Amino acid sequence: MGNQFKVDRRVFLKGTAAGASTAAIASMFPFVAEAADEIAVGGIHDESGFLDIAGQPMSQVLRFAVAEKNKAGGLLGKQIKLYDYDSQSNMQLYSQYAQQLALKDKASVVFGGITSASREVIRPVLRRYKTLYFYDTLYEGGVCDRNQFATGTTPAQTVEKLVPFVMKKWGGKKIYTLAADYNYGQITADWVKKYVRENGGEILATDYFPLDVTNFGPTISKVQEAKPDILISVLVGSAHLAFYRQWAAAGMMKQIPIAATTFGAGGNEVVLMDPSESDGMINALGYFQEIETPENTKWKADLKAFFGDKMPLLTELSCCTYEGFQFWTKAVEMAGTLDRMKVIEALETGMSIDGPSGKVTIEPKTHHTIRNVYVAEINDRKWQVLETYDQVPPQDTMAVCDLEKNPDDTTMYVIKLDE
Amino acid sequence: MDLAVVVAIEVLNAIAGLVLISIGLAIIFGMMRVINIAHGEFLMMGAYAVLISVKNGINIWVAMLVIAPIVVGVIGVVIERCLIRFLYGRMIDTLLATWGLSLFLIGGVTMIFGNTVEGVSSPMGSLPIGQYSISWYTLFTIVLAVVLLALVYLVMKRTRLGLIARGTMQKPEMAAALGVAPSTVYMVTFGIGAALTGLAGAVLAPVAGVVPSMGVAYIAKAFITVVVGGEAIVVGTTVASSLLGSISQVMTFLTTPVWGDAAMLFVAVILLRILPRGITGRFFRRSI
Repeated sequence: MGNQFKVDRRVFLKGTAAGASTAAIASMFPFVAEAADEIAVGGIHDESGFLDIAGQPMSQVLRFAVAEKNKAGGLLGKQIKLYDYDSQSNMQLYSQYAQQLALKDKASVVFGGITSASREVIRPVLRRYKTLYFYDTLYEGGVCDRNQFATGTTPAQTVEKLVPFVMKKWGGKKIYTLAADYNYGQITADWVKKYVRENGGEILATDYFPLDVTNFGPTISKVQEAKPDILISVLVGSAHLAFYRQWAAAGMMKQIPIAATTFGAGGNEVVLMDPSESDGMINALGYFQEIETPENTKWKADLKAFFGDKMPLLTELSCCTYEGFQFWTKAVEMAGTLDRMKVIEALETGMSIDGPSGKVTIEPKTHHTIRNVYVAEINDRKWQVLETYDQVPPQDTMAVCDLEKNPDDTTMYVIKLDE
Repeated sequence: MDLAVVVAIEVLNAIAGLVLISIGLAIIFGMMRVINIAHGEFLMMGAYAVLISVKNGINIWVAMLVIAPIVVGVIGVVIERCLIRFLYGRMIDTLLATWGLSLFLIGGVTMIFGNTVEGVSSPMGSLPIGQYSISWYTLFTIVLAVVLLALVYLVMKRTRLGLIARGTMQKPEMAAALGVAPSTVYMVTFGIGAALTGLAGAVLAPVAGVVPSMGVAYIAKAFITVVVGGEAIVVGTTVASSLLGSISQVMTFLTTPVWGDAAMLFVAVILLRILPRGITGRFFRRSI
């Protein structure tokens, strides 16, 4: 996901103040040494601020993963110590904590970052200080960096399946797209265009909305006038939730079906919205809580035992965080060392794990994952999985990124599509 | 034809939205000259009042039209007594103080209710207009805005309370000499402004996501409307809302919401260049 919520003046000031005081405290104890018999692992997630809905579960799941591994005897015979920082949805803190993890805590690996903006803050920092980085969020694709592994899905994995699925299910050729007006929304809307055309459909219009738009009255009238068969929503964030409410209030839920690429991807939309405002919506993601695999059932039971009533929200973001940690521990065990390059090389052997979402494989040329993609429909605040696509490769990133040929590449490619 | 009706209703809806979010500010800023940066948070508290009430099984209409204005009105009075009353006549200081207040309220609500987006469903169904359909709630918003404007106008113009309030804002010393306690008048007026804002926030709750920082999305529009409107609070708010609301909504229909907002800001800048004291600084000068 891209920069989901803008950081406004207030949050900025709050965060800066907090950051300054943390920095001051940290500088008082510059030589806090870690115990040598522990392995330091870092996490940077937005546990407060605008993105807390997405960040808290990721942080909780990482904590669970570390505890689980420690209980099973640790890693290379040592216990893992988690340094988990709350970046408070604030970009300044991301850069500060990334440096702190790399230099002071001497973390062997860092998990974290939610928006594309936050990833682009910490990715160069961690590369400079030679600290391995896992980015566990679905996003618009295209990052090519040997120091980073991206475990989430990209549009070529999800949108590619979603578009033909809904066109077939709802028997529609005419599509209307509503998208958030920043990189994630625009790039994803381009992919929607491409796949609609490839499947013999027609895009009637694509409208973009800044993240603070809350009045969708005119848009709904325009959609009613255009009479599409299917509405595809790439709307993002809390203000845009107003669209679904106004759409339902205008009595449109029964008339034009919606496929939404972000709905329920990382947040609590599914629990939040009334069934009358969300029933029947379809999305394609790398993980849904309702997937029935032995790994997922066990994972959910283990989480329940660990957290009790405070179960984290299980979405693609929390699942990919867990799977990212599994990859890292497996690679460390395979390499028999914490050395960064040896671990990267182990991961590049085409390593697979069986995670809660199914089999996941690292695609060595792009450091993205080949994973199952699920298409599911919301029914009374629950996802009902309708279709499973096995082992979908991240073709968008594979088209632009080849780390075997260019191991020193650090580009974030914006994948151009033919108009 | 159907389209014309739908566009007309949506334009009225945009105007009503601006009226609702700015009428309370027109009283607090336009009349009392308090630059209330926490205005957005008053809206937010109104929305939370509805959310919490509905969650506890209270009828949504009672929550919206009764509980929200009372809750925010009372909070407004407390804030006035503890903070604002020391700052009358010091406009820049009110800006700083209410900015701090705004941070405090966002932080406080986040601590109590969490930073999770919540919402209540829109309480009415939809109305088909030819091949289109609009929500009854849209019509309710428009009617409510008209009723509120009429109410504020009548209170200000026809009641003794309104007369005293207007007199006190113009010349507090003279009002005091005539036996009115300006401090009480200020408190009540601020409370009424806060209550109206709470009501507006309550009306927004079903159509927007309720989150502690939601006020940020509305505060700029509210200030622009009040500044463009000028001194006369009712007429100014009505004229400014009509002008800005119809321009932004027509542009939104023709293009996208981005251009709708841009056109509205553009017109506001031009208007303030030509009419620095707002529309009612030049026209309708003796109105309220």
